[in-house]
Amino acid sequence: MKKAVALISLSAAILASSQASAVTITLACGAVGQELELCKAGAARWAKKTGNTVKVFESPNLTNDRLGLYQQQLAAKSSDIDVYQLDVVWPGLLAQHFVDLRGKVPASEVNAHFKGIIDANTVNGKLVALPWFTDAGLLYYRTDLLKKYGFKAAPKTWTELALMAKKIQDGERKTNKAFSGFVWQGKNYEGLTCDAMEWLVSFGGGTIVDAKGNITINNAQAAKALDTAASWVKSISPAGVTTYDEEAARGIFQAGNAAFMRNWPYAWALGQGKDSKVAGKIGVAPLPSGGARNAATLGGWQLGVSSYSKNQAAAISLVRYLAGPEEQKIRAIQGAYNPTIQSLYKDKDILAKNPFFGSLYSVFTSAVARPSGPTGAKYNQVSQAFSTAVSDVLNGKMKGQQAVAKLATDLARIKGRGW
Amino acid sequence: MTVQVPTPARPRRTRGIEAARARQALWLLLPTLIAIALVAGYPLYRTFYFSLFEANLTNPEQRSFIGLGNFWFTTQEGVALGFLQDPKWWGAVKNTLLFTVVSVFLETVFGMIIALVVNSAFRGRALLRTAMLVPWAIPTVVSAQMWAYLYNDSFGLIGRGLLGGQAVLANTDTAIWALIAVDVWKTTSFMALLILAGLQSLPGDMYEAADVDGASKWTQFWKLTLPLLRPALLVALVFRSLDALRVFDVMSVMLGNVNAASTSMTGYARQALIDNQLLGMGSAVSVAVFLIIMVIVVIYVTAFRVKFD
Repeated sequence: MKKAVALISLSAAILASSQASAVTITLACGAVGQELELCKAGAARWAKKTGNTVKVFESPNLTNDRLGLYQQQLAAKSSDIDVYQLDVVWPGLLAQHFVDLRGKVPASEVNAHFKGIIDANTVNGKLVALPWFTDAGLLYYRTDLLKKYGFKAAPKTWTELALMAKKIQDGERKTNKAFSGFVWQGKNYEGLTCDAMEWLVSFGGGTIVDAKGNITINNAQAAKALDTAASWVKSISPAGVTTYDEEAARGIFQAGNAAFMRNWPYAWALGQGKDSKVAGKIGVAPLPSGGARNAATLGGWQLGVSSYSKNQAAAISLVRYLAGPEEQKIRAIQGAYNPTIQSLYKDKDILAKNPFFGSLYSVFTSAVARPSGPTGAKYNQVSQAFSTAVSDVLNGKMKGQQAVAKLATDLARIKGRGW
Repeated sequence: MTVQVPTPARPRRTRGIEAARARQALWLLLPTLIAIALVAGYPLYRTFYFSLFEANLTNPEQRSFIGLGNFWFTTQEGVALGFLQDPKWWGAVKNTLLFTVVSVFLETVFGMIIALVVNSAFRGRALLRTAMLVPWAIPTVVSAQMWAYLYNDSFGLIGRGLLGGQAVLANTDTAIWALIAVDVWKTTSFMALLILAGLQSLPGDMYEAADVDGASKWTQFWKLTLPLLRPALLVALVFRSLDALRVFDVMSVMLGNVNAASTSMTGYARQALIDNQLLGMGSAVSVAVFLIIMVIVVIYVTAFRVKFD
């Protein structure tokens, strides 16, 4: 007993002293140019305030690669990284490795965020991470080209989009051979899962696996959604769209070589940048409907504190600062990163810089979650099986009907004895 | 019972010295053997061990023994769970073997031609020998990325320029040939170097004699060079085949990890182990990759009597 008391007081003393003296926190965040800059700048502001130091660890750009790296770090119980940037679909996968922030962060601070996102970060009552920014798929379009070809508004349905894209593409190809109508994320990875979820839901084809864990993918509407997307490849989208990720699509759109693009909100600020050929000519709209509704996939990133961190108190302080209103406002203005704090959507400075934030508010709040909740630790396998099936349809290896039937078998196999 | 056979003293003493030397050698080797056991043996043992368990990568402590269930298991509802029942695994095996056979064959043929050219005396030979190693010296990750740009359908020199906007990497069926091209471009020079080393050990007077006897260059190549080059060629073949069988980086960089899993055995193993966190399944796949490569090595070494010394 005495020993235990001594040990506790000793560790408390060490903890206290570590809080008192400046520590170095390692923060893992994205490595795309602007994202990294904003991450570094935010971390530096916190460091200046608290007298601590922050080292920024540059994670791989693609979310699948990032997860692989994080899992290795966490499985080894490595203390190298204190704060991780987590994708919205990961909390179920990684919950056991993160500090429960409930109780360590004031409830008022937690409740300022969108409830849906806080729910997505809560696993069995444990708050795994604090939301940093939210994401939802958007349709970007060229306002100048729409006007040039006599269209008054952004397309409301996929059929309309295909017609408009075709007309603009045919016209523009006369002077620019590299021009294409519509670019999106067709590479076989998590990004394709997001895009294809939007098609599925917009056609009323369900969400692959429903909230109860039943496999619902094998239905006619889902097949129709995939066939529709496949019809775009090589007609309004380049053949190589099946190798594009977010950055590849943005590169083409920003070079002025596409009329429409599906991407996340971050593309807005970059599209208005100095090196962008389409600055001032970009419009943003909700993604078209396939007959059932308009659907955007919920994305977004959170910040969690590793249980293996040696400086948890400082790490929590960093997370609270970065996820706080002040920092979210800066990021919204400089990078068009969507705040997760409700009140910021009424902020004049933010709306002046990102006019679409206000009008597309409902897109962000009603975004469709990927089935990471019901499938838990097996989500990644589900997502890969899904994106592979979609990829097969896009590449013409299979028809939609055949692909969703095969996918249902694959998912049953992954489900095995249960999610 | 024992019969004292009088043996001559001399050979026995020699054997004694040899035995002592062998013992000494063993002691000197011991640190290396321990190091190998620690850095190679132990992980290998753990891989075999985990292949018999159902375990999660992020939490290996919680595991349950399922025997060969990772390899072959059908549930009562008829759902096949073993990876040997997964068509994607067999697709990966097929693609890896295709990749290995075609790329090693092409590299050997081209490597031989380059080695023969570089072996003859001409001005700037030394420069050429250095220059031909450049592709091989570039890290695979870098060259793979470079080729991925070349194959890009909207701005790539090959994808846009030669193929007129086709996306060869989009489909795993066409991508495998694009990958073979990259591997041949990269590793032919290594093959040429190995063959060149073999060529330079061939005696020059043999060719003079052949010339005197009136043998054509063609006959000289088939009757003299090729048979004498066989040992060097086989060692090179074994090296390259093993390398090609465990190919990973080119696929991973150029196709992304999800598609790489259907083009290479190691990619499939990585996906199971890292992306899907299935420690047991991933280990089982790794064991299978190990066994496949081992069988191929044994076939090579016994069928062709390769001597490594």
